[in-house]
Amino acid sequence: MAKGVKPRVKVPKSAAAGDVITIKTLISHKMESGVRKDGDGNIIPRSIINRFVADFNGQNIIDVNLEPAISTNPYFQFEAMVPEAGEFKFTWYDDDGSVYETSKKIKIA
Amino acid sequence: MEFKTLLTNAAVVALSAGFASAQDDSILAVDGDVINTRAAAPAFAENLDTVYSGWHFRSGETQSLQMDDFENPAFVFVDQGIDLFDKVEGSEGKACASCHEDVVDFAGLRPALPRVENGELVTMENLVNECRTERMGAEPWKYTGGQMTAVTALIGLQSRGMSINVAVDGDAAPFFERGKDLYYQRVGQLDMACSNCHEDNYGVMIRADHLSQGQINGFPTYRLKNAKLNSAHARFKGCMKNIRATPFKVGGDEFKALELYLAARGNGLSVETPSVRN
Repeated sequence: MAKGVKPRVKVPKSAAAGDVITIKTLISHKMESGVRKDGDGNIIPRSIINRFVADFNGQNIIDVNLEPAISTNPYFQFEAMVPEAGEFKFTWYDDDGSVYETSKKIKIA
Repeated sequence: MEFKTLLTNAAVVALSAGFASAQDDSILAVDGDVINTRAAAPAFAENLDTVYSGWHFRSGETQSLQMDDFENPAFVFVDQGIDLFDKVEGSEGKACASCHEDVVDFAGLRPALPRVENGELVTMENLVNECRTERMGAEPWKYTGGQMTAVTALIGLQSRGMSINVAVDGDAAPFFERGKDLYYQRVGQLDMACSNCHEDNYGVMIRADHLSQGQINGFPTYRLKNAKLNSAHARFKGCMKNIRATPFKVGGDEFKALELYLAARGNGLSVETPSVRN
């Protein structure tokens, strides 16, 4: 498992029904591309986050395939419409099979 | 004659443009808390009227990164610092958190450092490594290494918004004088002193870069150019290389004295740790 992986998410605590909110996410990950070589000339194996998914109350908002050219600590900012109170669920898939999850609740104000 | 007038005008325009871009008058607020990025210069900084944080000399995009802790890339490293703070290491089976239960207790430490203890000038890095070797029985960290900057950023963050106030009299006076001498001492193949750029020419472009006053209230600072936290001593070393001088030793007496002098020049500014620069 890649070391020091930590997802971070920023979602407003509340919004009016039908509001479009901005969501920011960042996961600390080294995103080793798989084309670099170490001091002895051996290829350093690829280790990246290859997919990122965000859902709201079970409904998919965004589904991203990540490629090796994406830099370390991938950051996503996107907008979502909030029809009702509920929970955002964010999932990152690592090359090594690990899955990192975090979720944020939002209220209707 | 006509030609000469034109030249003089051009020079005046260039000069005023230089001053106009000296530093902006934006206000730094992080999640609503205003951070003091300008202050009246301390009396001993006789060539300055106002001291400005390096934040004022950066572009709007870089400035905005520091105004939101989520956007601030340094917080990835602060998170690592939190993990290191709780990590048990060494022969005593202790972590930082074993003695210092809550890292919030360090509020007020950063603005007072470096300070003199038992006749020696100590920096935060010295304090951290003293704890590691004396009380944890662990290996000291590299002075400007990633673990060290992560933890010093975490500890410094607890004092964010507090005014820098390092002592320059009493026991600290000889170190302060040494730091001042170093600040005005021309060195290296380019024969430049710190003051040539950061006092005589702050606010002016040096090639593509905007010269700041060289304040250290935001260290350790995240630099976009190397995508990691940089300690003050690592930055001093970079500056000395730029002027083709042989850098002093990181963590050595010269840099510690210089750190004291520079910190004192920023007395009155708020701690900005961890700041974002280019």
